[in-house]
Amino acid sequence: MKRNDTGILVVDDELIVRESLTKWFREDGFRVDSASDAAEALRKLQSSKWNIMFVDIKMPGMDGIELLERVRKISKDIKVIIITAFASVESAVKALKEGAFDYITKPIDPDYLDHLVGKVLKEQELLQENLQLQERVNELSAANEIIGDAPSVKKLIDLIETVAPTDTTVMIRGESGTGKELVARAIHMSSPRKYFPLVVVNCGGMAETLLESELFGHERGAFTGAQYRRKGKIELADGGTLFLDEVGNISSKTQMDLLRVIETKQFTRVGGSATIPSDFRIICATNRDLEKAVAEGSLREDLFYRLNVFTIWLPPLRARQGDIPLLARHFLTKYSTALGRQITGFSGEALHMLKAYDWPGNVRELENAIERAVVVCNGPQIEAEHLPLRSNGKSRPAGKRIADIERTHIEQILVENGWNITKSAAVLDIDRVTLYHKIEKYGLKRDR
Amino acid sequence: MRKIELAPLGGTDESLLAEVSAFLSATLKIPVGRRVLHFKADTFYDPARCQYNSTNILLALKAESGDKAQNGVTLLAVLPHDLFIPVLTFVFGEAELRGSVAVVSYHRFQNERYGLPANRKTLITRLCKVALHEVGHTRGLIHCLNPECVMFSSPDVEGIDNKGSRFCVDCSRMMTREMNLPAGRTK
Repeated sequence: MKRNDTGILVVDDELIVRESLTKWFREDGFRVDSASDAAEALRKLQSSKWNIMFVDIKMPGMDGIELLERVRKISKDIKVIIITAFASVESAVKALKEGAFDYITKPIDPDYLDHLVGKVLKEQELLQENLQLQERVNELSAANEIIGDAPSVKKLIDLIETVAPTDTTVMIRGESGTGKELVARAIHMSSPRKYFPLVVVNCGGMAETLLESELFGHERGAFTGAQYRRKGKIELADGGTLFLDEVGNISSKTQMDLLRVIETKQFTRVGGSATIPSDFRIICATNRDLEKAVAEGSLREDLFYRLNVFTIWLPPLRARQGDIPLLARHFLTKYSTALGRQITGFSGEALHMLKAYDWPGNVRELENAIERAVVVCNGPQIEAEHLPLRSNGKSRPAGKRIADIERTHIEQILVENGWNITKSAAVLDIDRVTLYHKIEKYGLKRDR
Repeated sequence: MRKIELAPLGGTDESLLAEVSAFLSATLKIPVGRRVLHFKADTFYDPARCQYNSTNILLALKAESGDKAQNGVTLLAVLPHDLFIPVLTFVFGEAELRGSVAVVSYHRFQNERYGLPANRKTLITRLCKVALHEVGHTRGLIHCLNPECVMFSSPDVEGIDNKGSRFCVDCSRMMTREMNLPAGRTK
């Protein structure tokens, strides 16, 4: 902030104080004005923008503390520094409790005055920087990563927008690769907790003791190898969101500890005795049948009900086939930009192949397939041979009739073999002439 | 500004005055003369604070300078006593911003005050820097954010020692422009 952009208002009933401070700050290049009482100061607050106010505590009529209260109601951004002729701790404490930035006693040490104004400017600069960064975070978080036109995706976005501003625990369920973490991130980034961390814990991949230490942290010497105190994920998530992935896979002891933390928002580090509070929101995800786990006794029923407050089901990719080209183009743009490739799109054959594939690994598999295709592609568009689709992945039959199934199967084999008739005929175990007849019969054409 | 007149007040060391005179003349390339004031420093002594009121000294200097200010003369009083303005514990000097009078004290520039051996060279350097700083204010210059510039704000002696004894490029340009205008008037 430039000095001449910073306004200082001096409020004191003594003319000499007003004049001296006004002159002092003017020499520093600030925009300065003064007021002889609180009423005049309040008028000047309405007519111009002030960053710092120096307010005498003892003034006829409304005193400095009362003026401070009024200023706080008008704007929290103005830093008020109380001036008092009496070095009274009582009045200083009262001023600070009312929200004063600091207080100084007359006569003022010029060195301290310089230091104090410098401190206010630094704080306002940091505040400004913080606001700019928040704006940037808002811009970045506004970029929607959830792509799709299918009604199920639109419903999903509606659900995210509904639950995000609340502190409700969210359970995200869906097959592996459907984007559960992406949804958790979208909820976090649309929530008031977005300026605090989203801490991810993969509960599925850890042994019980390791998960316990990971979640709750540990004290030095808590176990062999614990050479230092370590904060756990719950502590790190303070103010933010704790995302428990694969929550259906945790042991019964950790389930009990977790339940206690969720209920009390307090925990104890492993090997420690101090109770540590943490304010976090829980989002969890699983691809397991939790109702079945409860019935079998591998998941505590009370924990299930604590976690299963607001459930979001993610559809598998095969249930939203219409979104495949849209998603494929999104990942193509993402990876061709990242890898600096000039790839404009997909050949008809490649697109057909993407649409015909079953995608058992869901969106994650699609993304990986496109990333690999971008790496191996050296032309202007992704061709069928660039796509690493699993040979045992099931293609969806086009219909229920034998003819439809045959048509789809022949088309798939042709695509897989780059429309090489000899090779395709060999795979299909028919002669080339028969294959030509079938191609003609079903009107199959090579997409370019 | 055509000329600076230095005025000793309250028993100023004449040899220090000569040093300041030579420094200002060499830096600003204008004549620096002397002026005998018709008032005494004691008039401005505040027994409650055991200091001298610099704002009141400025007012007396303003009255003393009279028509000379209109002729481009800046009057700078130099005294050995500690200065204050009522709201602050002390000041090294004070000037009429965009005016024709200024005052500086070398009371706090003496190393002995800080338990250090006397150092005349340091004393002269400090006094010269603050004198030039106050003359800068009379030409309308405000505190500069360049720590090398003599117009950099320095409310303690370490600050004076750390900054340079010349104007930075920007302040120098502004000073040259302002010096060509009559005292008390700026663009």
